[in-house]
Amino acid sequence: MNALNIQKGASSHSAYDLRDPNAQVEESHTLAVLVENEPGVLARVIGLFSGRGYNIDSLTVAEVDHTGHQSRITMVTSGTPAVIEQIKAQLGRIVPVHEVHDLTVEGPAVERELGLFKVCGQGDKRVEALRIAEIFRANVVDSTLESFVFELVGTPSKLDAFAELMRPLGLSDLARTGVAALARGI
Amino acid sequence: MSRIMTGARMVIEALRDQGVDTVFGYPGGAVLPIYDELFQQNDITHVLVRHEQGAVHMAEGYARSTGKPGVVLVTSGPGATNAVTGLTDALMDSIPLVVLSGQVPTFLIGTDGFQEADTVGITRPCTKHNWLVKDTADLSATIHKAFHVATSGRPGPVLIDIPKDVQFAEDAYQGPKQIDPPRYQPVRKGSVTAITRLVELIEQAERPILYTGGGVVNSGPGASQLLRELADATGIPVTSTLMGLGAYPASGKNWIGMLGMHGLYEANLAMHGCDLMINIGARFDDRITGRIAEFSPDSVKAHIDIDPSSINKVIHVDIPIIGDVGHVLEDLLKIWKSRGRKVNTAALGKWWEQIEGWKSKNCLFYRNSDTIIKPQFALQRLEALTKGRDRYVATEVGQHQMWAAQFLHFDEPNRWMTSGGLGTMGYGLPASIGVQMAHPEALVINVAGDASWLMNMQEMGTAVQFRLPVKQFILNNERLGMVRQWQQLLHGERYSQSWSDSLPDFVKLAEAFGCKGAQVQDPKDLDDAIQQMIDYDGPFILDVLVEKHENCFPMIPSGKPHNEMLLGDAETQGAIQGAGAALV
Ligand SMILES: Cc1ncc(C[n+]2csc(CCOP(=O)(O)OP(=O)(O)O)c2C)c(N)n1
Repeated sequence: MNALNIQKGASSHSAYDLRDPNAQVEESHTLAVLVENEPGVLARVIGLFSGRGYNIDSLTVAEVDHTGHQSRITMVTSGTPAVIEQIKAQLGRIVPVHEVHDLTVEGPAVERELGLFKVCGQGDKRVEALRIAEIFRANVVDSTLESFVFELVGTPSKLDAFAELMRPLGLSDLARTGVAALARGI
Repeated sequence: MSRIMTGARMVIEALRDQGVDTVFGYPGGAVLPIYDELFQQNDITHVLVRHEQGAVHMAEGYARSTGKPGVVLVTSGPGATNAVTGLTDALMDSIPLVVLSGQVPTFLIGTDGFQEADTVGITRPCTKHNWLVKDTADLSATIHKAFHVATSGRPGPVLIDIPKDVQFAEDAYQGPKQIDPPRYQPVRKGSVTAITRLVELIEQAERPILYTGGGVVNSGPGASQLLRELADATGIPVTSTLMGLGAYPASGKNWIGMLGMHGLYEANLAMHGCDLMINIGARFDDRITGRIAEFSPDSVKAHIDIDPSSINKVIHVDIPIIGDVGHVLEDLLKIWKSRGRKVNTAALGKWWEQIEGWKSKNCLFYRNSDTIIKPQFALQRLEALTKGRDRYVATEVGQHQMWAAQFLHFDEPNRWMTSGGLGTMGYGLPASIGVQMAHPEALVINVAGDASWLMNMQEMGTAVQFRLPVKQFILNNERLGMVRQWQQLLHGERYSQSWSDSLPDFVKLAEAFGCKGAQVQDPKDLDDAIQQMIDYDGPFILDVLVEKHENCFPMIPSGKPHNEMLLGDAETQGAIQGAGAALV
């Protein structure tokens, strides 16, 4: 390619090490962002995404270390490999951000989401809803004669699948927490 | 031994402990306690501005010319919102500033109180970081932390919002040494492996180039020194962005001029044709790259930057080196020397021949006139008549800014203040005042366009009040020149609203402000007029009536690659087409 015959990606610290940076395919990545739990920190993170036109597909946040005032933001974002690298670098330079982990590339991770599904109906549909809930190992956390509220914990795709099945059976309301994720192993 | 004091006193105490000698500001209800404390001390000079935007640009001028953070004090609401343009400007150009704003008392926050604004909300995207201090006990530590954040890593503006009750309440003051070391500690040393890789490339490269930027200036005088050493020892040509002028001397033997949209032909072609591009503290701005897909197609690219997000943001590089320019260059030179100071001498000789060939194009050529002052000529005369003096130059934004970058020469860093990233008209006059505050004996000139200058002209009052002999060198074309140029090239010569109509009489304006002004129209009188401006012991406005329709060349039209540059005598009609027309 060039006079010096250097392979792209020959060096360390480069986005090239990870994947083809010129790929135009969008990938979904789960990021864990450890932040100082100070006022405005979530606004900073969200403002970064809206200001620079990045996607947030899911976002959860809560303080995980009360004495250390540290919160963990788990976000699922999507973009081309170059955009994902930019997102991580931009997150990393926010002053109260302590660590940014890309759980999608750093090794296997577990991802879980909790969903609450209100399904209204009578007769066969009601029975069918209960039967499917059992298959998915969803819990019934509220019930009237004409409705259930199911609680389901699982991967986002499992929750998607459950919602799809419940829709024709009278799914009327749906609340999802967004993804929480941790790397596997020690 | 704790020292109990009010929050307002803490502000003064903390500024003093941070070595602050000058604050640019404007009072109002929400900062009165701090102004009261300012009144009762003599260590810190307060410069009363005429508009808060002016205060921020002054602080920028102060910071850029000294390397120290600039400090601003404004009131709540409109005081803070007026500071927003300056904050954004400083963020784009990585200028360290600490801005203190007053806020309504904590118990009124959220009630739409008089002069309440969500200042931390408004300024979150235009500061590096900001804080709302709700407890006097946190105030001094926050101020010390703010100075740390503003000046470490990639510098930038920070803001501290201080409610009025926090200023009145008392608590213990903490000095800079009493607080916990801040957690924010960006890396400064670059990876030795990556630096060694770069050295190997330098040893073999046939057509290398050093593409330097504002990061060299921000890294401090030591970095500029190391850049000179590197360039001179290796013989690699040096170009620079608008932001980095002066880091390598314009009189240096390896200097090939500024690059970019209005950069020199030789610099842009060298960027296009190089086989090794070494980006030092620059950020591949769109004014530099032109069309990305055709940007320097055959080069291996190394990028030294303290901000990891600058790496691979716009241009994918082969050798990223995250670190402070000064530290990285020091290691780079050490490694290069230890490996025997090798370069590809034969190839470099040919490379220089090629560059000399491009230079002979004389891309800055313009047709001079006996009857009308050409703006380029005015700047050449300004350069000749101020050469060798202790000189600082600020600019406004427009054609005059680009001509100043082309025709004035800087041999030292921190001598050139211009709004690069944001392109803020109205920057230059206040910036020149900030520079003069920091360097009272120096010759400080603001190269201005008539339209830009009017944007913050109220600050002439500040210059007069503080006896700051800033020289306002207005290249008056009675046009929004840069806009007019684009309309000529891009919009079928329909000059929509690019006229400076009803301009004031600048000489009378100078008199009205209590300083001196002169107008010059005949090229024969130009030297005398410039000399009069320089010699005058006080602020001076020189209204230079120049050719109204001169265009700034060379020019890489938006959306074009470097090798499709327009030169002065090139046919310019219809030069920008299609997708390029949508770019700014
Ligand atoms: C605050 C602001 N508003 C608008 C612009 C867009 N703009 C860029 S250059 C320019 C014209 C500047 O005219 P003048 O100051 O007379 O300088 P000249 O180009 O004539 O040298 C304008 C309007 C800007 N850069 N900044």
